[in-house]
Amino acid sequence: MLEPLIKIAVLLGGLMTAAAYFVLLERWIAAWVQDRLGPNRVGVPLTRIRLFGLGQPMADGGKFILKEEYTPAHVDKRLFLLAPISILAAALAVFAVIPFGSVLPASVYTLFGQDAATVALTEGPVPLVVAPGVDVGLLYVFALSSIAVYGVIVGGWASNNKYSFLGGLRSSAQLISYELPLGLAILSVVLASGSLNLDEIVHHQADSGVWFIFTQPLGFVVFVIAAFAEAARLPFDLPECEQELIGGYHTEYTGMKLLLFLVAEFLHMITAAFLIVLLFLGGWHIWGLAGPDEQVTWVGAVGRLIVLHLKVTGVIVFFMVVRWSWPRFRFDQLMALAWKVMLPLGMINLVAVAIFEELSLALQSQLGGWTLAISLLGSWLVCLAAWFGVAYATPMIGDNRVRKDIHTYEVDPQI
Amino acid sequence: MQATDPDIRWVEPPKLGLGERMYLPLFLQGLTTTTKHLVSAKVTVSYPDQEPEINNPLIYRGVHRLNRDEQGRVKCVACFLCATACPAHCIDILGVESPWEDREKYPESFTIDELRCIFCGMCEQACPVDAIELTSLYNLTGRSREEMIFDKEKLLSVYDATKDKEPMKSAQLPPVTTPSATTSTATSTSPTEGGA
Repeated sequence: MLEPLIKIAVLLGGLMTAAAYFVLLERWIAAWVQDRLGPNRVGVPLTRIRLFGLGQPMADGGKFILKEEYTPAHVDKRLFLLAPISILAAALAVFAVIPFGSVLPASVYTLFGQDAATVALTEGPVPLVVAPGVDVGLLYVFALSSIAVYGVIVGGWASNNKYSFLGGLRSSAQLISYELPLGLAILSVVLASGSLNLDEIVHHQADSGVWFIFTQPLGFVVFVIAAFAEAARLPFDLPECEQELIGGYHTEYTGMKLLLFLVAEFLHMITAAFLIVLLFLGGWHIWGLAGPDEQVTWVGAVGRLIVLHLKVTGVIVFFMVVRWSWPRFRFDQLMALAWKVMLPLGMINLVAVAIFEELSLALQSQLGGWTLAISLLGSWLVCLAAWFGVAYATPMIGDNRVRKDIHTYEVDPQI
Repeated sequence: MQATDPDIRWVEPPKLGLGERMYLPLFLQGLTTTTKHLVSAKVTVSYPDQEPEINNPLIYRGVHRLNRDEQGRVKCVACFLCATACPAHCIDILGVESPWEDREKYPESFTIDELRCIFCGMCEQACPVDAIELTSLYNLTGRSREEMIFDKEKLLSVYDATKDKEPMKSAQLPPVTTPSATTSTATSTSPTEGGA
């Protein structure tokens, strides 16, 4: 029993700290993109040591705890409390099946003076995931990330406020729409790797040495865009856009409840980054670090850990830079992108992956090593062709004004 | 108003080219811009640690000073032009008969309410003898309202503190054209005649 508890403790502590420091990183990147310096003052408390502002997360946390926890009179009290709890619980529970490293050698038990036979749940190396070997890992992840939508909708509904409600409505429409392309992109990965277990998906990429970003470029693009939308990051942050909805579903929240929402948002981003890395960027794999888990050394294990977390951090930095590169979509553009662009692209990708998998299975005996090259070339050609085709068939709508050639009715002069 | 109203001007959005339709080139363009800014030099001045650079102190409008002439006396002739020009009415002058031969009047007291001042620089423009000037001292602070009412001694002390760094502007400005030069000599000579 001890082993999962230790993992949970490490994961919870790590995630909360990571979320706090990603807030700092987000503010830094925001500042640097705008040619400012960013938070660089808060360091060690009660001293003049600044540490480049690394004390900022603690100061932010202290501020949130000391803030007045105000519940407006017009809200539905039970739902108002339930929403932040459910969104954070769901966001944290997702990490039960997400591997936050590869494995540690079995000799890790001796470090604590324990006999491996008494504490270990399984034989052999220790998998760095809270619930190892869950065969429906991806299903679990997506079941729980769908629950996150409830937190947003319930929060918006319970706030009993037009703007919050609009934010909740928008997020329900947006998240449900983007789950389709997300699911299609995942389906092609599952098809290619033959497993829903995240660890096995990574192993499939590590053993062949070819990450799924190379064999399924279209799926990668679809997945990344849909993941941005699922994490409600700019340019898809319509549920909470500050300028239109004054914060959207968390307008009425203060103090710790607001903090729970904000942490959950960052956890969604971390989840999305982990999934992008695990599904498409080879997880902990880098060329030279492959090999079966049983033979992993301490150097290899730590190397895998570092590689995975560097990749995840890189993806998160990409998320944050994109935030300042792109304006927010209008809602009709968002929906057009989901249904007219992403969905067809996802389907094309799924069919193409199915065909290439089948072909390489059938032709493996005749062509040998050439099958990989052919399927790589084929998938990139399919990606380009589909991109061209969809871009020409459904251009993004730039103008949503009344069409004068169709409408002749009175237009309110006030508009 | 009908949608077909002739007064409505319909503007067509520009047609998208191949690159814009493909969406990805524009995406990379935006990302390049942000990445360039991400690593470029920052414009922030960390103020208490780092003093801002004032590019041209000649045109900066900071704290006032009252200039002294060659003999160390206040240059002001208490003509009230600055107080008249001041839109914020923050200058208060008490002009009395001058003890010196070269002018009729001089300010017995000269106070500027720095809290009222809007730092427009009109007093500087109005002054016929270049006695009042705005320096490039920008960090003007005080602990009380009384402290922020600058009297003659304080304004002269601002001159003493800043004269080495910022010499009197009249000496540095480009040479004035002849008609204004004659008027300035006229103003400086006429009091002497009047006194005599």
